[in-house]
Amino acid sequence: MRFLLRRLGFYLIAFWACITLNFFLPRLMPGDPVSRMFAQVQTQMRPDQIAALRQLFGLTNKPLWQQYLDYIGNIFRGNMGISLSRFPTPVSSVISSEIGWTLLLGATSLIIAVVLGNLLGIIAAWRRGKFLDSVFPPLLVFVGSFPYFWLAMAALYLFGIVLGWFPLNHAFTDGVEPSFSFSYVADVANHLVLPALTIVLVSIGGWMLGMRNTMIATTAEDYITMARAKGLRSGRIMFHYAARNAMLPSITAFGMSLGFVVGGALLTETVFAYPGIGYQLLNSVQALDYPLTQGIFLTITTAVLAANFLVDIIYVRLDPRVRVS
Amino acid sequence: MSISQSQRQTSTSGDTKTPPSAPRSIFSKVTGGGLAHGLLTNKKALFGLTILFLFVVLAVLAPVLMPGNPSNFTADVSAAPSADHWLGTTAKGQDVLALTLWGSRSSLSVGFAVGLIATFIGCLVGIASAYFGKVTDELLSLLTNIFLLIPGLPLLVVLAAFLPPGPATVVIVLVITGWAGSARVLRSQALSIRGKDFLASAIVTGEKTWRIMFLEIMPNMASIVMSTLLGCIIYGIGAQAGLEFLGLGDTSSVSWGTNLYWANNDGAMMTGDWWVLIPSGLAIALIAFALAMINYAVDEVTNPRLRAEKKD
Amino acid sequence: MSTILQGGPHAGPRAASNPVLSIKDLRVSYTTGLGTVNAVDGVSLDIGAGEIFGLAGESGCGKSTIANAVMRLLQAPAKITAGSIDLNQCNVLTLSDEELRRTRWRDMSMVFQSAMNAMNPVMTIGEQIMDVFTTHEKMPKKEARERAAHLLSLVDIKADRLKSYPHQLSGGMRQRVVIAIALALNPSLLIMDEPTTALDVVVQRDIMAQIKELQQSLGFSVLFITHDISLMVELSHRMAVMYAGRLVEVAPSNVLLDDPLHPYTTALMNAFPPLSGPRTELLGLPDAPPTSAGRPSGCSFHPRCPLAMDACRIQDPVLRPAAENHDAACLLVPEFVVPPERLAQ
Repeated sequence: MRFLLRRLGFYLIAFWACITLNFFLPRLMPGDPVSRMFAQVQTQMRPDQIAALRQLFGLTNKPLWQQYLDYIGNIFRGNMGISLSRFPTPVSSVISSEIGWTLLLGATSLIIAVVLGNLLGIIAAWRRGKFLDSVFPPLLVFVGSFPYFWLAMAALYLFGIVLGWFPLNHAFTDGVEPSFSFSYVADVANHLVLPALTIVLVSIGGWMLGMRNTMIATTAEDYITMARAKGLRSGRIMFHYAARNAMLPSITAFGMSLGFVVGGALLTETVFAYPGIGYQLLNSVQALDYPLTQGIFLTITTAVLAANFLVDIIYVRLDPRVRVS
Repeated sequence: MSISQSQRQTSTSGDTKTPPSAPRSIFSKVTGGGLAHGLLTNKKALFGLTILFLFVVLAVLAPVLMPGNPSNFTADVSAAPSADHWLGTTAKGQDVLALTLWGSRSSLSVGFAVGLIATFIGCLVGIASAYFGKVTDELLSLLTNIFLLIPGLPLLVVLAAFLPPGPATVVIVLVITGWAGSARVLRSQALSIRGKDFLASAIVTGEKTWRIMFLEIMPNMASIVMSTLLGCIIYGIGAQAGLEFLGLGDTSSVSWGTNLYWANNDGAMMTGDWWVLIPSGLAIALIAFALAMINYAVDEVTNPRLRAEKKD
Repeated sequence: MSTILQGGPHAGPRAASNPVLSIKDLRVSYTTGLGTVNAVDGVSLDIGAGEIFGLAGESGCGKSTIANAVMRLLQAPAKITAGSIDLNQCNVLTLSDEELRRTRWRDMSMVFQSAMNAMNPVMTIGEQIMDVFTTHEKMPKKEARERAAHLLSLVDIKADRLKSYPHQLSGGMRQRVVIAIALALNPSLLIMDEPTTALDVVVQRDIMAQIKELQQSLGFSVLFITHDISLMVELSHRMAVMYAGRLVEVAPSNVLLDDPLHPYTTALMNAFPPLSGPRTELLGLPDAPPTSAGRPSGCSFHPRCPLAMDACRIQDPVLRPAAENHDAACLLVPEFVVPPERLAQ
């Protein structure tokens, strides 16, 4: 419990740091980005909306500390302002309408990459020097060396344009009504293949190599020798004794990797015009829609922090040693 | 790998109970001449170093090989590779080979600059954290962990959105998002050296703090610093390309990232101009792969347990 | 089986016929980039039913390699190059993987040096005992749990500890659990590789007493490996001293204690804790520089031997009878010839 409380405290501090960063960025940056934004939008807004925007970006006469408190208060009430590029929709509505797609893409590709990568790593370590162990790691490292967006473009070009196997962009065919029908789900899955494949290809090598190396370190442990001496079947030794222990660093890495997956999703979404918040984040930056930019950034960070806390809880379940210390 | 009792006593690095210093003690012995020798006899390292060297030479010689402004338009538009244009031309008629060669100058220099600065900050924070300990360590570790946890690319995008565009911005933004990883690795390494006897004696003899940090601690973790640097350079090159691909970098410059940005903007995929896409992407991949190979080689040379096992 | 401890069941340096474990001319070599080393260099020994056989020597002399060879736990670069290992008249070295898996723990089991490292840190004690039963006896979980609880009671540990994880036990408790696991299937041979080195002296004594008790009631044979010769003399019936991959002296424990013949045995007994004097690289095993050139000419021990003669540098002594019930490999010890009248008997 103490371990989890400590972690929770840390995540809260990180969350606070993010809000603070968000608060100070537009206020302290050189070149006055906020004025640029105002010049662009002022004509289409009502006076009270302009006043709210001014408050959000500190163009009021209030002292800084009071602005800061107001800002934090607003965040905790879920009030992140109004999107300028999709005026007058509130930022929170824009985000909530699109975060689902990012979650779908991120979760699908992450689960596939983690499960497959770790499994390959376990097998490679167990059958060291054999085919899987000698061919896959360098190949995957090489594939992982390509930039996310380049692989995305290559996949799009090859499987989308040249071969025509998969759709080129968006999350479902234009004009199709979202429903729980089989055809709609199939359509969504079809649109998901290429973006997810890209993320899986880039990230799977890291998982495999990481797992392989910890497995090799683990198989040298006494408890593996004892398990062999006990005459247990090799499947049980491999999974219950070796992998159970080798998994622990992988789980920590899982938390750390969430940020990368979000970044990968951002780039992939951009290439495939996939309607997630990564794509929206880029659009908002290009449209000088700062409230939306900041809202999305805060949402992504919060999601990553929350997911990390979840990972910590799982870690405690799997490693009895943390529970006491 | 032997399971003999006598060997097992010395090889339990996988156990969380073992202090991090146990497997690391190998490093201090192999650094310096041993590391250089190990790398020059390691196949992976030689492969990586050769590619790296080739790229650096091409980048330096770009003005000689492809004189003139690479962004200049020619009469050939969207031409496939030919004798005139070895790698073809873009939709605007720019020579792809020239763009790729010139692009390497920006990509490599930004990548190396980011790598060096981020590693330097990482060293500073990591070693200070380990050396001073206590509150300093707590605070620096907290800062490091927060930066590690905040998703890099979104932060990159947000920072780039607010900062005035330009090459300096790109470097600054990439350093801000990239230093934390190295700080964390270097801190744990410095911690294990902090406990060594020779350091205690240096402190007792009243050596200056900065001398201890940079002349006593740092040389003893040369291989870790080296692999951190390589990692940071890979990060720098990749992240710069990503940033520029999103149109958030310096779109007026010529780099691998902007090449791909323009290729995507000009619809190179839709028109089937694959030759515009491949060179810059492949260049990024090759250089990253080469650096990764050197990195693995550093690992193998300093950590014999990872070396490929010979079949008998 | 209760009379075992009075002088042991077998008086001589050789065990009775039908030994539980019979090792003949075992050779194990390690091949590394630096060359080949003979970690075990022609060792033969027999352990009889209900006998506790001690194997003593400095670390790196090859005694643990023998233990791992018997369990067939050696992994590359270690390799058995010659010899045979018979367990209950069945050659362990020719077993198929599946036969070997079934034999392990059922016929022979092992207590590892460090209980902390030998236990899986993320599984409970109970799970680690029970999987022996479920694997070898296809026992339902409930019954396996009862058996596990009974097993723990043998080493005076309460059944509620089944739910504990290794790190939650004290060092002595952990070692007792490992011993309990080793006895789970009532094996005929128990190998103990430095079972108490990681423990403090008081706990060490307790555990040795417990092993003695269990051995008397259950009657298994023991191959007991340690560098602590005083501990060994107390526990074992018969013992061998090993040096640089070979046995240099074999005798009943009390005989060896009263009348050691080999200078190395004397040194080991007088100079415990470890031998003083120059530690040269003649052990020739992984933790010493593994060069095949590391073995000195003649008698391996001569560079450290206080009694070395010129002949020791040239002639390599073999293990031969040195007295009644007493074998030694030293040029200073004359060969013992059995009196003719006894041969006639």
